[in-house]
Amino acid sequence: MSAVFVEDLTMRYRGHTALDGVGLEFQENSIHGLLGRNGAGKTTLMRILTGQEFATSGRVEVFGQPPRENSAVLSRVCFIRESLKYPTNFKVREALAAAAIACDAWDAAFAERLVRDFALPAHRPLKKLSRGQLSAVGIIIGLASRAPLTLFDEPYLGLDAVARQVFYDRLLEDFAEHPRTIVLSTHLIDEVADLLEHVVLIDAGRVVIDADADELRGQAVSVAGSAEAVSAYAQGVAPLHRSELAGRLRVALPRRPARPADGVSVEPLSLQDLIVFSTSQGDRK
Amino acid sequence: MDDGRPLFQQIAEQIEGAILDGSLAADGQVPSTNELAAFHRINPATAAKGINQLVTDGILYKKRGIGMFVATDARERVLERRREAFGRDFVKPLLVEARRLGLSAEDVKKLIEKGGQE
Repeated sequence: MSAVFVEDLTMRYRGHTALDGVGLEFQENSIHGLLGRNGAGKTTLMRILTGQEFATSGRVEVFGQPPRENSAVLSRVCFIRESLKYPTNFKVREALAAAAIACDAWDAAFAERLVRDFALPAHRPLKKLSRGQLSAVGIIIGLASRAPLTLFDEPYLGLDAVARQVFYDRLLEDFAEHPRTIVLSTHLIDEVADLLEHVVLIDAGRVVIDADADELRGQAVSVAGSAEAVSAYAQGVAPLHRSELAGRLRVALPRRPARPADGVSVEPLSLQDLIVFSTSQGDRK
Repeated sequence: MDDGRPLFQQIAEQIEGAILDGSLAADGQVPSTNELAAFHRINPATAAKGINQLVTDGILYKKRGIGMFVATDARERVLERRREAFGRDFVKPLLVEARRLGLSAEDVKKLIEKGGQE
C-alpha cells in the first residue's frame, strides 16, 4: 500500500510553476530519497504533502486521504524542515517535551538516547545552540516521533560528518525495528545512496527519475574508449553526458546497451553521477 | 560497499565469499537482514534481497522463526558457479588485453607458467 499518492500535481505561483504535473507514489514502510537541485520543487511538494500549502491542481493522498486540513492524516505525519523554527526560549528538553505531546508514537527513551548520541546540552535554551545542534534537535524529533510518515528536508545544516553518520546509523537501526515511511530530501546523495530503497528525482518541477535505488545503481554506466568504438557500442542509447579528448570519448548511458563491449571500458555510474547527469545544468533562480 | 554494482548482488557475493573461505560453515546461521543492513550501512530491504537471491539459488535455506542457514552443499554450488564464471570474468578480459598488446595465446600461456614460479 502507498503512504503517499500524487497524480498530475501542479503548483503555480505568480509567474512561476514550482511543480508541473508531478505523479509519484511512496510505498509504505520504505525509505525514499527525494532528490533534486535547489528550487527543483522538493520542498513545495513536501509542504503540500503535509498540508502546509494547497496545490493549484492535481490529486494528493496521504494514507489514502487528502492531507489538506485533515487532522486524522496530519497526526501521523512528521515534517522536519531545513531551518525549523522553535520558540527560542525553550530549552532542548522542553522542545522535546512539546514534540512528545504532538506525536502519538513518541518514544521518550529513544529521544533521550539520541540526545546523548548527539551530545546535546539538554538544559540549554535553543537560542544558544549552534546551527548543527539545532539541526540535531530536528533530527531527534524526526526519529523519536516514529511518525508513520516522516519527511526530512535537508535536515543537517551545520552537522559535521560524524554527527551525520550518527543520524544514518540510528535511522537504519530504528527503521529495522519500527518500519515506517521515511522521505529523505538531500543534496548529499553519495552519503545516503545506500540507505534508500526508492529514488525520485525532481528537476524543474517534473519527475525525471522514479526507480528502485538498487536497480538504478546497476543500470547506468560510464563508457570510455576510442570515439569510434564508444559510438558503435552506445548506438541507439541516448547519452546523458559526453566528453571527448584527443580521440577518446566518454559517455554516460542510462542503461547498458545489449551488445558486447568491444574495445571499450564499461563502468557502473554512481547514483550521484547519474543524478548530476540527469539534472538540467546551469544556474536557476 | 563499492560504488556502482547493485548492493543486493554485493551482499550475496560477500556471503558466498564467506561460505567459500569457510567463515560460514554448512548448516551455520547467517547474519540477519537487520544485522547485515546495520553492518554495511544499507537499506534493510536491499540486504533482504541479497539474502533472498541466495535462497532462490539454493545456497541458503530458511528455518521459520529462527533465521537463514547455509545449505549443506552450498560451498560446492558456489564453487561450481564461480568456476563457470571464471572464463568469462577473468580469462576473456585477459585475452582481450593480450590481443591489444600483440601477445599471442601462447605468450600468455608462458606468462602464466612463469607467474606460477614466482
